[in-house]
Amino acid sequence: MHRIIKKEELAPKIKLFVVEAPEIAAHARPGHFFVLRMHEHGERIPLTIADSDPGAGTITMVFQEVGKSTCELGTLKEGDYILDIVGPLGTPRDIRRLDTVVCVAGGVGVAPIYPEAKAFHELGTRVISLVGAQTKDMLIFKDRMEAVSDEVHYSTDDGSFGYHGFVTGLLRDLLAGGLRPDEVVAIGPLPMMRATCKVTAEFGVKTIVSLNAIMVDGTGMCGSCRVTVDGKTMFSCVEGPAFDGHKVDFEELMARQTRFLAEEKLAMERYKAHAEGCKCRRK
Amino acid sequence: MPAKVDRHPMPKQNPRERIRNFNEVALGYPADVAVEEAKRCIGCPKRPCVAGCPVEVDIPSFVKLIAEGKFVEAARKIKEKNSLPAICGRVCPQETQCEERCTLGKKGKPVAIGALERFAADYERASGTQAASEPAPASGGAGRVAVVGSGPAGLTCAADLAKMGYSVVLFESLHSTGGVLRYGIPEFRLPKAIVDEEVEYVKSLGVEIRVNTLVGKTVSVDELFRNGFDAIFLGTGAGLPHFLGIPGENLNGVYSANEFLTRSNLMKAYLFPEYDTPIWVGKRVAVVGAGNVAMDAARTALRLGAEKVTIVYRRSRAEMPARLEEIENAEEEGVEFVLLTNPIRVLGDERGWVRGMECIRMELGEPDESGRRRPVPVPGSEFVIDIDTMISAVGTDPNPLLVRSVPGLKLGRHGNVIVNEETGETSVPGVFAGGDIVTGSATVIAAMGAGKIAARGIDKFIRAKRERSE
Repeated sequence: MHRIIKKEELAPKIKLFVVEAPEIAAHARPGHFFVLRMHEHGERIPLTIADSDPGAGTITMVFQEVGKSTCELGTLKEGDYILDIVGPLGTPRDIRRLDTVVCVAGGVGVAPIYPEAKAFHELGTRVISLVGAQTKDMLIFKDRMEAVSDEVHYSTDDGSFGYHGFVTGLLRDLLAGGLRPDEVVAIGPLPMMRATCKVTAEFGVKTIVSLNAIMVDGTGMCGSCRVTVDGKTMFSCVEGPAFDGHKVDFEELMARQTRFLAEEKLAMERYKAHAEGCKCRRK
Repeated sequence: MPAKVDRHPMPKQNPRERIRNFNEVALGYPADVAVEEAKRCIGCPKRPCVAGCPVEVDIPSFVKLIAEGKFVEAARKIKEKNSLPAICGRVCPQETQCEERCTLGKKGKPVAIGALERFAADYERASGTQAASEPAPASGGAGRVAVVGSGPAGLTCAADLAKMGYSVVLFESLHSTGGVLRYGIPEFRLPKAIVDEEVEYVKSLGVEIRVNTLVGKTVSVDELFRNGFDAIFLGTGAGLPHFLGIPGENLNGVYSANEFLTRSNLMKAYLFPEYDTPIWVGKRVAVVGAGNVAMDAARTALRLGAEKVTIVYRRSRAEMPARLEEIENAEEEGVEFVLLTNPIRVLGDERGWVRGMECIRMELGEPDESGRRRPVPVPGSEFVIDIDTMISAVGTDPNPLLVRSVPGLKLGRHGNVIVNEETGETSVPGVFAGGDIVTGSATVIAAMGAGKIAARGIDKFIRAKRERSE
């Protein structure tokens, strides 16, 4: 059982929990994820570790309420418990000092990118962060990203804050302006990561993406999260979740992410009909 | 000589009924039938059945106790050697072990040892006396052992060590214990309530269980030693699913049997949406492979509503690795078998979902290294099976996550851990292993036998270490 010691509503439908998980906190490195299960009837939900504090024995998670399980998770309050958490899982990022990295974050992807930006920053790498969201209210982790970046540029799809357009537009401007970072790190929705890789491929800049494939166990047993990278099938739970974005078959992965859409829709409708607690219907 | 009595068949749920539920198919003997079956044992002096049991259960003695109506005593007799009798009575391949060696089997049918084991264990459990009869031994005196993986090997090793007086912590990466007994074997073959109760018995021996702990990630083997464990047993199983390596395997509607069964068994997706984990099965399902896992997947697909389920296997009926009982159960339920056939490509529609599977006919050639005749493709015999779901049940490899994290651990060609077969010792001092992580995918009872051997090896190792330090 893992107690939620802090809950923050970062933006509409985007929540942050700080949760007691001392063993995971002691071993967590940037790029690691964990799997949680809320209760006996719950799914196993993989989430990236957004921060960890080995001294306090806590990890931080950020999630967006999109389906039944995440909406239900969002109803938990400070002091409540999460039944199961296992981790840290996956292969952590091999982060070493570089001259310049560009961190490109889309939506809630800024949370998993934060520990990587922080690790690069602490090693003395120049970190330029590009953070995109649909609208101003959905921009999260601003203070945190500003604390670990040399520069932060923002974009919103509706132009309510920063650059008007997709975050890839910001990236293209930077690269077209002559910037040649050692590495681009891109985390966000699959179309955003695919678009980022298209831009960086044009300029020949190495790009690492973090894939949020559908998983069950998260330890290499089921193969639900398989993804084609460089023509080979990989399990993103064990060999990932970070991969060379230029080698990922995004079309296949995007199709695979729709495998349970009908079931997810049914679960959500049923949950809405039953629960009053979910805030998804509220504006 | 007593009058010759035929072996009593196991009562089962009617096939047409049972494909609509997940309840157990085999119903178990009533007490009077168990007594009658037990009386068939002639008590031959050579006791060949015992030699056929990987965990050395005193079979003639427990069978005699059942014949005498002493059912609880019979269960206790089994538990002297086997901590998981209700599980073994259900999933052991008795026909190639104890029952194969039964003297009665030479002229007729052997004593139904498996069914009797199951009867005794179920009787004891139903009468509420399954906890350890003696209090758990005082912990810590003899030494501390970490057992990694709560499947059959780990549970057996932990139980045996606890009985010897060791303080044992059993680590499990999933949220629930049992390993393959939990995620692999379906409810209709092994009810999870039985796994729960047999795990409770192991706990009652004094074993501490920590779920959600992935040794190698949550805590390393080195840390376990530093935290005061004297020895570590690795029973992490063969959980890495194989795929065929043919085009189209990542299409939507293609599952590994591990994914399909884990969703249904561990996550209870067969009860979706009461349980949150979804599972999708189409109308026409092909299961590739013919082992017990393939039968389990095929029969699960039927119960989830598939209209037609076909087992596709590259060799012939004689080579199918599944237990005969499971093949018969599948056939009774309407699973079709397309033999001497190998998939070469999965075909998809424009949305990325499976719409068919291209196969080629095979014929049997010369025997291969397994001793079975090697299947060879028949040129020009390609054909397409219309399916919308494919389940790949072509085996699993040892789970690499933990073993690769242990420096100096000697591994074999398939990533299996190399051990001394008499002690379970690996190349790393104090680290022992057994079960599928050593042998590759095998049986529950073989893993239990390996857990038992390793428990003895660990006992010897810790005693020797103590003597040296005294």
